[in-house]
Amino acid sequence: MSDLDVQAFARKIRGHALRMVHRANASHIGSCFSIADLVAALFSTMRIGPALLGDPTRDRFILSKGHAAAVVYAALAVRGFFPETELDNYCVDGSNLTGHINHMVPGVEVSTGSLGHGLPIGCGMALAGARASGGRWRVFVVLSDGELDEGSNWEAILFAGHQRLDNLVAIVDYNKWQSFGRTSDVMGLDPLADKWRAFGWGVREIDGHDYSQIGAALREVPVQAGHPTVIIAHTTKGKGVDFMENRLEWHYKSPSAEQLARGLAQLGGDK
Amino acid sequence: MRNSFAQTLGELAAGDDRIWLLTADLGFSVLEPFAVQFPERYVNVGVAEQNMAGIAAGLAMSAKTVFIYSIANFPTMRCLEQIRNDICYHNANVKIVAVGGGLAYGPQGYTHHGVEDVAVLRVLPNMTVFCPGDPWETRRVTELAVQTDGPCYLRLGKANEKKVHQSAVGFAIGQAVELAPGTDVTLASTGGMLASCVEAREELRQQGLRVRLLSLPTVSPLDQSALLRAQLETGGIVTVEEHGPGGLYSMVAEFLLTTGHPTRLRGLHLPREAVKVAGSQAELHRRFGLDPAGISRVVREFFDQGVAQATRR
Repeated sequence: MSDLDVQAFARKIRGHALRMVHRANASHIGSCFSIADLVAALFSTMRIGPALLGDPTRDRFILSKGHAAAVVYAALAVRGFFPETELDNYCVDGSNLTGHINHMVPGVEVSTGSLGHGLPIGCGMALAGARASGGRWRVFVVLSDGELDEGSNWEAILFAGHQRLDNLVAIVDYNKWQSFGRTSDVMGLDPLADKWRAFGWGVREIDGHDYSQIGAALREVPVQAGHPTVIIAHTTKGKGVDFMENRLEWHYKSPSAEQLARGLAQLGGDK
Repeated sequence: MRNSFAQTLGELAAGDDRIWLLTADLGFSVLEPFAVQFPERYVNVGVAEQNMAGIAAGLAMSAKTVFIYSIANFPTMRCLEQIRNDICYHNANVKIVAVGGGLAYGPQGYTHHGVEDVAVLRVLPNMTVFCPGDPWETRRVTELAVQTDGPCYLRLGKANEKKVHQSAVGFAIGQAVELAPGTDVTLASTGGMLASCVEAREELRQQGLRVRLLSLPTVSPLDQSALLRAQLETGGIVTVEEHGPGGLYSMVAEFLLTTGHPTRLRGLHLPREAVKVAGSQAELHRRFGLDPAGISRVVREFFDQGVAQATRR
């Protein structure tokens, strides 16, 4: 898929996510926008699709920051795992489109929501792939930066480096915000790339909103042969709607009808 | 029990290449044969139980049957949320094995006392809880764990437990084993208390009591029909477990109260309070009345109370 197509994909899933959280009066739109471009690129390059659902050699995608479910549900719908009209049921009573990502939804491999769970599971899937006699598969895990406070991630980072799981790709949504404020104030992560490198990972740092950089990074994994890859994506929380960008409140708030309209106008997606 | 487990698992793994074994760096002198025979399906993940549980879930989601192994509370409490979310919610085919359930590591102190694990794990969705009573039951629950698709917990003793059964036993999941008939009282044992219950029953037999002895190698799901029969056919039920409140006794009580029949029930279990001193398993059993003498004493009292009540009526 060309960068232009990825851009259109990203615009579409941002629009979906904005409408979903508005309709559901739900939170986390800032987190969704932060990873929208990464998700669009991933869902354009991974070996996945409705026809591959039961295929043991398919690539695996895990959203470890499960609160950004809306944008991933949107990507799955756009990729044809279920009808886009189903997105209207996000957080609706009785729907399996729960606020945090849910494996009851077609195409979702793993339910998350409590942070620090996705990467260990990804290690297990990657290990199975690495030792599979048939085709190997790749595992992509999207993590938040605040999530890296969880010790379980560092157990997994240590493990994947030791096991040299080069079919495992972690993508850190490094938007520099966590629930209570700046990561640098709450729990500093820098030098983040050095930490991963020290644990035996190949590291690529990119602008998480630059399609050519994202595309290049994904095409080049593993960035270091025989090592797991981390893509540290520098991102902007709320990216795409100016009054949401870098504003912590959009981790919590739901857009009003007026804000929805302004947001959609800025995104330029279909209404 | 751990050796019976390891041997059985090795035999099963030879015929089933989906079986994997992970350890969080424990099982020295127990797991080596598996590691040597199946290196591609064995991983020591290091001292990292949360990661082990997550890895196991990921392997299970890739069509593996994954055993995770450690001791006492490490493979359960330390990674409880991974068990809840990653394993149970996904109904992942992961078998959690804890060696040293109960007070097997008594002298090592409270950190090594696995005495709340059953209460915690039995309430999780999809979880089957096995507490085998001797090496033969351990062999059987290992087979059952492989045959069952979904999360299981195998709460094992340590080593050199007495063999209660003479040979292999063939119970199904959720099925109690009646070791001896009787109508005066039912002694319902789970886990490593079985040998002591056999001794207690023998003492009571010499006193003229006819005690029905049930072993419950599965506590969740509970064998409701065996318990209902015990409720209807015997003078009451005494549960025996090497565990604090919330385990077998609570589960049996929860069930019996739903049957609508008169219930006589006593629970022999550990107190909620932590044991703060060193104590061998045998010494701690004595202290808390879980030794054969303590068990038979309570059963005798319980029976006599029942007779007295019946006479008053």
